[in-house]
Amino acid sequence: MALSSFEREQQRHEQRRLMALLAPGMFWLLVFFLVPLLVILVYSFLTNGPRGNLLWQPTLQNYVDLFTQASYVNAYVRSLWISGLTTLFALLLGYPLALFIVKQPPRVRLVLLILVLIPFWTNFLVRIYAWQIILANNGLINATLAALGLPTLFLLNTEGATLLGLVYGEVPFMVLPIYAALDRFDFTLMEAGADLGASKWRAFWHIMLPMTMPGVAAGAVLVFIPTIGQFVVSELLGGAKVDYIGNLIQRLFLRSNPPNWPLGSAMSTVMMIVLLGFILLYFRSTTEEDR
Amino acid sequence: MHKGYAIELANVVKRFGEVAAVDHVTLQIHDGEFFSLLGPSGCGKTTTLRMIAGFEYPSGGELMIHGRPMATVPPHHRPVNTVFQSYALFPHMTVAQNVAFGLKMKRVPKAELGARVQAALDMVRLAGFAERYPRQMSGGQQQRVALARALVNQPEVLLLDEPLGALDQKLRKEMQLELKSLQHRVGITFIFVTHDQEEALTMSDRIAVMNQGKVLQVGTPTEIYERPTCKFVADFIGETNFIEGKVVEQGDEYATIQTPDGLQLRGYTPLPVNVGEAATLSLRPEKARLILPIHARPDDAFTMPVHVEMITYIGSDTRITVRLNEGRTLDVWEQNTLSTLDRNAYWQPGEAAVLVCPPANALVLTE
Ligand SMILES: Nc1ncnc2c1ncn2[C@@H]1O[C@H](COP(=O)(O)OP(=O)(O)O)[C@@H](O)[C@H]1O
Ligand SMILES: [Mg+2]
Repeated sequence: MALSSFEREQQRHEQRRLMALLAPGMFWLLVFFLVPLLVILVYSFLTNGPRGNLLWQPTLQNYVDLFTQASYVNAYVRSLWISGLTTLFALLLGYPLALFIVKQPPRVRLVLLILVLIPFWTNFLVRIYAWQIILANNGLINATLAALGLPTLFLLNTEGATLLGLVYGEVPFMVLPIYAALDRFDFTLMEAGADLGASKWRAFWHIMLPMTMPGVAAGAVLVFIPTIGQFVVSELLGGAKVDYIGNLIQRLFLRSNPPNWPLGSAMSTVMMIVLLGFILLYFRSTTEEDR
Repeated sequence: MHKGYAIELANVVKRFGEVAAVDHVTLQIHDGEFFSLLGPSGCGKTTTLRMIAGFEYPSGGELMIHGRPMATVPPHHRPVNTVFQSYALFPHMTVAQNVAFGLKMKRVPKAELGARVQAALDMVRLAGFAERYPRQMSGGQQQRVALARALVNQPEVLLLDEPLGALDQKLRKEMQLELKSLQHRVGITFIFVTHDQEEALTMSDRIAVMNQGKVLQVGTPTEIYERPTCKFVADFIGETNFIEGKVVEQGDEYATIQTPDGLQLRGYTPLPVNVGEAATLSLRPEKARLILPIHARPDDAFTMPVHVEMITYIGSDTRITVRLNEGRTLDVWEQNTLSTLDRNAYWQPGEAAVLVCPPANALVLTE
């Protein structure tokens, strides 16, 4: 449709106002987000010196190492795998929990939502240490088992413990977006489904789940992305027995002697590209729904 | 076909906490009937319908569909379908997918499913809309999708909860006729919930008038309008004048009441009354007539001296408010004819008149 000159003028005015409003935020993003990203990108193409010092010699060697050395490739695969598992379990726990909360009367809902958020009042590290105390060989669980005369279990420093810690930490990020989606969901539609012959389960599968998919997708992104880069949980609960990308990157930057910043940067870059892929997939799926 | 009733409620009670939303309701609904539940908002119509659909279970009493007790049958196993007040169409499915949903749940084979969906859409005149999404359709069209989605399953009974409530007046009138003719064609029992008495009168074979969880009267539109058995029904359906008094004489079908200032009025008694009982005379404004005092005959069974107070022309009728000598006002409606349109020759405010009504057109009610 053709716009009158007045309308066009008004549009330009609107745009200028928008720019003025966005400028501080843009500046902040640029300086504190984009610049470090660029630094990492540049580092990833540099050569590591003998004492961990940076040599300004452009190279692709870091990337070649990354994709050819089994230990690095395995770390990527393992990270994707455990992040996928974490997302799955967080979903299996988070969806029913969100549904349960939505079904409560308003006052109870509020209390339950606060309960979901309460763990955030304590530092994540502290909470992971608490899990150490629970899972340790002479920890809470094993002490209980022993007191009951049952055989004790080897729980801490296993991949299972890592998964447990990750799921534990991420469930709230799954619950909240699903809760928001369910809150908007019209439960009359479930009655309509039952009316048309759908059992509870089929009504869930054909009606509730597809309609709350945006919440599930948002939750999955919120859980999957931070989990890919995590290193604290696998170190404290998994006993650093298995290397995930996060552990490798952290080691390359801080622990190894000499440190290898270029390789660490290359690993980060590849990780970010993988994540970017997932995020694009997510946006694609949400915009398709708004079609 | 099935014998007996399509739906039978026997002393059905539904309590929410302390409140009895449905209070000992007994109803028998015939096969193929267009049956309406009519009553003011909050009287328990939706709750009654939801118990038939299976979304709520009775706190007491028994509910049967074609003679089968429904106490333990979940909604997805009941031979009824619902048209929801909000339509409750699935927003993530096309119109065709919405209509196909019930058949898919019953695992109807693909080929048959397609044909039945098409037939259902044809029936509600939405053949070209199969691939649209509900949000791309007007309220009236969505309403018809909801209808097709329910009817495609060939239910034994169709439940409709104020399905026309969200439509504008004109569309509403159209849909009333369309629904009625649709019901004739498919021959399915319709249970139709509404708070609009005109809608219920227009469409129904029979009406149950409800108030505060109770069914007050069940009858054909004519019975409900012409012979209400209690004050609530007389008042809720159409307009009426109430005149309080005491029964002084009681015959076979008629009784006479006496008002506090000595006026004696005779009317039909839909339910038996006793002499000495307090009673109310219900007089529809269109059934009363005003005449000049000189035309009044002493043998008129029912005459009231009044004064004309206000005259309102509303097109089809002229509405005249008259004042009784004791001070109360009554409404009289006269259909407009050429003579009533000549305002100079018509009633004037302040003029003395006599209100007459044949006893068959007035009702003596005690409840
Ligand atoms: N789920 C419920 N919980 C508590 N009270 C309810 C519930 N459903 C209905 N009621 C109450 O029952 C009464 C009848 O409601 P309803 O059947 O919806 O009336 P109607 O459809 O005639 O307007 C109302 O007082 C309403 O507040
Ligand atoms: Mg209702």
